[in-house]
Amino acid sequence: MSANATAPPSRAIVSGEAPASTTFATGEEAPAMSTLLLCAEGIAKSFGGITALQNVSINIARGSIHGLIGPNGAGKTTFFNVLTGLYARDAGSIAFNGTTLGAHSAYTPDAAVRAGIARTFQNIRLFANLSVLENVMIGRHARTRAGVWAAMLRLPAQQREEAAIEARARELLDFAGLNAHANTRAASLPYGLQRRLEIARALATDPHLLALDEPAAGMNASETRDLADLIRRIRAKGTTVLLIEHDMKFVMALCDRILVLDYGLRIAEGTPAEVRADPAVIAAYLGAPAAAAAA
Amino acid sequence: MLIERIRRHRTAPWIGGALIALALLVLPFALAMAGTAWVRITNVALLFVLLSLGLNIVVGFAGLLDLGYIAFYAVGAYVYALLASPHFNLHLPFWIILPLGALVACGFGVLLGAPTLKLRGDYLAIVTLGFGEIIRIFLNNLSRPVNITNGPQGIARIDPVKIGNIDLGTSETWLGLTFSGPIKYYYLLLLVLLAVIVINLRLQNSRIGRAWEAIREDEIAARAMGINTTQVKLLAFAMGASFGGVAGGMFASMQGFVSPESFGLTESVMVLSMVVLGGMGNIRGVIAGALLLSFVPELLRYTVEPLQKLLFGKMLIEPEVIRMLLFGLALVLVMLYRPAGLLPSEVRRRELTEGRA
Repeated sequence: MSANATAPPSRAIVSGEAPASTTFATGEEAPAMSTLLLCAEGIAKSFGGITALQNVSINIARGSIHGLIGPNGAGKTTFFNVLTGLYARDAGSIAFNGTTLGAHSAYTPDAAVRAGIARTFQNIRLFANLSVLENVMIGRHARTRAGVWAAMLRLPAQQREEAAIEARARELLDFAGLNAHANTRAASLPYGLQRRLEIARALATDPHLLALDEPAAGMNASETRDLADLIRRIRAKGTTVLLIEHDMKFVMALCDRILVLDYGLRIAEGTPAEVRADPAVIAAYLGAPAAAAAA
Repeated sequence: MLIERIRRHRTAPWIGGALIALALLVLPFALAMAGTAWVRITNVALLFVLLSLGLNIVVGFAGLLDLGYIAFYAVGAYVYALLASPHFNLHLPFWIILPLGALVACGFGVLLGAPTLKLRGDYLAIVTLGFGEIIRIFLNNLSRPVNITNGPQGIARIDPVKIGNIDLGTSETWLGLTFSGPIKYYYLLLLVLLAVIVINLRLQNSRIGRAWEAIREDEIAARAMGINTTQVKLLAFAMGASFGGVAGGMFASMQGFVSPESFGLTESVMVLSMVVLGGMGNIRGVIAGALLLSFVPELLRYTVEPLQKLLFGKMLIEPEVIRMLLFGLALVLVMLYRPAGLLPSEVRRRELTEGRA
């Protein structure tokens, strides 16, 4: 397999239709649409004169753990921001869970969450001064309805919803191993637990796809092991995971497939073993001479 | 020992509440004995509590600094004044005008909110400051070519609130007690205030209240949680403005007169000071702040002059000067020793006493 960034961006992905131009770099058969959760095609994003992403495509199968790696500045976080609606993409299409996500400026973070894409941040962004429980309860916002009038009048439906929000939040705290800290101020949690809280909060939005931006950054070996375990349990519950990570041991052990970016281009895609052996990947990480030696 | 046992008893909150309620019911008659002026002062204080609770939604809950809040008070007051005075010869009943005033103020809240959604902190403060001034200047000048607001002369002879055949503008005697106009307004204000407090508490512990707090804490994270920040911020402005509008309507009917002079920057700053001094985001704190900043200056007004006469035999410093001096001093001291306010909210207390991790 080789660098594969030459396919023209196909913008006409209609929901339910398998995109013909989607190439699996490994040359294997593309999975049927029903098993594909996300199909991003020809994503491009530039800031002024700097091209951060150029014609990046990715297919993510349902129930998989997909890695996104690349050297610093490769465009990984930009890709996340485009995927979650924080940045408006310049070109490309995203088909997700059988529907096409609105193009460009119409695609906002809250639209992404409603569609079922949740994320965490590279630099943890908790609601620092709120309690751990409140943080997760806020995650239920997009899945609940009660408005101002319902709250002012304390309508029965609103009361029921509040109880359900809290019950679900406690369930998730339990799942993430945080129930002992429910009333702690989020910023007072140890670093490793803050990362877990961010994941629990993202899970509260009932995502189909959970996008984790460097979840293991700054963690020690045992925290990293616990995190890998948590991510596997999330997948076991049916949530697909996409993660950016620099810890290669972690990525290689955890991911089913890996996409490698460099300078905003997709340079490789495949299973961990394939990616590890790819000369383009070795060149990107270690420089061209090392790649030549490896080949 | 006995006090401790009483305090722990499970009926204690009920008895405490009943005692406070009784005290609040008797209060105006006690004040009336000291002079009707004190009842009026209390009513103005209650109006400021209303305003502070409204501003608390915008500043305390959603964390949006608003320096032009008094504009919504002005809008509410003028809506009442225009619809219940000889100026246009309209005399609508208060139960139509008050909600209408809240609605119009709410509209202005959205009007201010919409263009400022992308602004935060200092920039938002500057725009809201400008908005407050725009409203005041409009009120001052909308007397030509068509006389709408009657300009700087203001609108006089505004109808008092009438509930059934009870006129809140006149004195009446029931059961041997004299209910003067201000005393009747006191009870009406108390009722409105109670409703506003309940609404505030309910909003704070709701999905929308949590969304406001999320925006205050981290807007990007809030968006990543699926919160439509545009909508939720507008909602904060609209809710805060509505409360301001209701307070304005009450003010207009109580005073019987409105003019643009009552709605200057000083008043905006005053309300903001009440919120900050009492404890942003904490409803009890905000009430305490508003009462304190309303009553202490009045107390000073009545004590500074006699005290100086007694000590020096003449007036050395004008009461007004001393008031502002002490006012500033109080704010500086609070910021130094209780930066989260007198009765800080749990969140602010945590924020300002524990270090950020």
